[in-house]
Amino acid sequence: MTKERKDKLIDWLYLAMVILPYVICMVLKVLTTPGGEGISITGAHIYFEIPMPLMNLCITEVQATSVAVIISIFGLCLYMTHGIKVVPNTKRQLIAEWVVEKVNGLIKDNMGNRYMAFAPFIAAIMAISAFSSLSSLLGLFPPTSDMNIVAGWAILVFILITYYKLKGGLFPYVKGFFEPVPVFAPFNIIGEIATPVSMSFRHYGNVLSGVVISTLVASALNGLSQMLFSWLPGFLKDIPLLRVGLPAILSVYFDIFSGLMQAFIFAMLTMLYIATGFPEEEYEKRQAKKKKKKALPAA
Amino acid sequence: MLELAIGIILAGCAIGAGLALIAGIGPGIGEGNAVAKACEAIGRQPESKGAVTSTMIMGCAIAETTGLYGLVIGILLIFVAPSSFVQILMSNLPK
Repeated sequence: MTKERKDKLIDWLYLAMVILPYVICMVLKVLTTPGGEGISITGAHIYFEIPMPLMNLCITEVQATSVAVIISIFGLCLYMTHGIKVVPNTKRQLIAEWVVEKVNGLIKDNMGNRYMAFAPFIAAIMAISAFSSLSSLLGLFPPTSDMNIVAGWAILVFILITYYKLKGGLFPYVKGFFEPVPVFAPFNIIGEIATPVSMSFRHYGNVLSGVVISTLVASALNGLSQMLFSWLPGFLKDIPLLRVGLPAILSVYFDIFSGLMQAFIFAMLTMLYIATGFPEEEYEKRQAKKKKKKALPAA
Repeated sequence: MLELAIGIILAGCAIGAGLALIAGIGPGIGEGNAVAKACEAIGRQPESKGAVTSTMIMGCAIAETTGLYGLVIGILLIFVAPSSFVQILMSNLPK
């Protein structure tokens, strides 16, 4: 086997890694969705439950879809960066470089040079959020319209923010709650807890409202086409003709624009919270003190 | 008697959901203000259209949050709360 053919085979394998998880999820969804009368708005379909000490752990289609999204993004990254050269001669390498440059520029503009190591994390958050929201275009239940998934990301980001706030030492962090006057402490603590809550509610509410409105419009068009086309002969009257194509107009806003917008905002807020929460002066002072301590015994 | 109780539960949930969506007033006014100011800014400096538009969309999406709190409460009250309240009622029936 020549090297070119080998490369091509690996490319196809990576592409299969991008597409197959979605196909598997769609097949699973078609096979397991219970047939019912009309359209109903429910939460994610539960595949099975694992007994746990406090509460049963439900494995739902949301988990399946989000794992599929993760594998798919991984495959996409492998495909984009396979066979990269110093002088790019393929389109996908140009696209990959463009993405990396854009994310680096975003970090530099919003956070500053100190935080350049955050670029992969921010890009990962953006990619998983955008791809999760866009998976509703394939008829899957978008993972971002489930509170559990988004709340998980928000808690992760909250831990990161708190870690960076603590880098200036424990005392300045605690002192920050009693400013400007000690009476404000409860409000400051509530404000601190509100960060992950508002981040997750914003993202989840936007995507969920799109899902609910799309479903309502689809069911309304269903009824309308049954009313209008009931005179058609044979099986034609059972097909909801108005539902062909019309809901796609809504989906341009609710699925594509709203999903991508929320992915961008989630990443943007993460950057801003980390950059503004980090106490730069305290950190510098601490580092200088540490250096002095280290230098003293040697002297 | 049971029908009446379930009816009161459903009515309360529906009224509550309607009241929760009053929260949409605030973001409506706020986003309207933001867009009006953005239009003024573009009118004054047409060359800064791109930056103003992207900042405005970002601000609008953040201003939407309080409205979305109301929406989430409304959706919970319509789709989740009635069944759980009826379940509570059923489990507390005198035998």
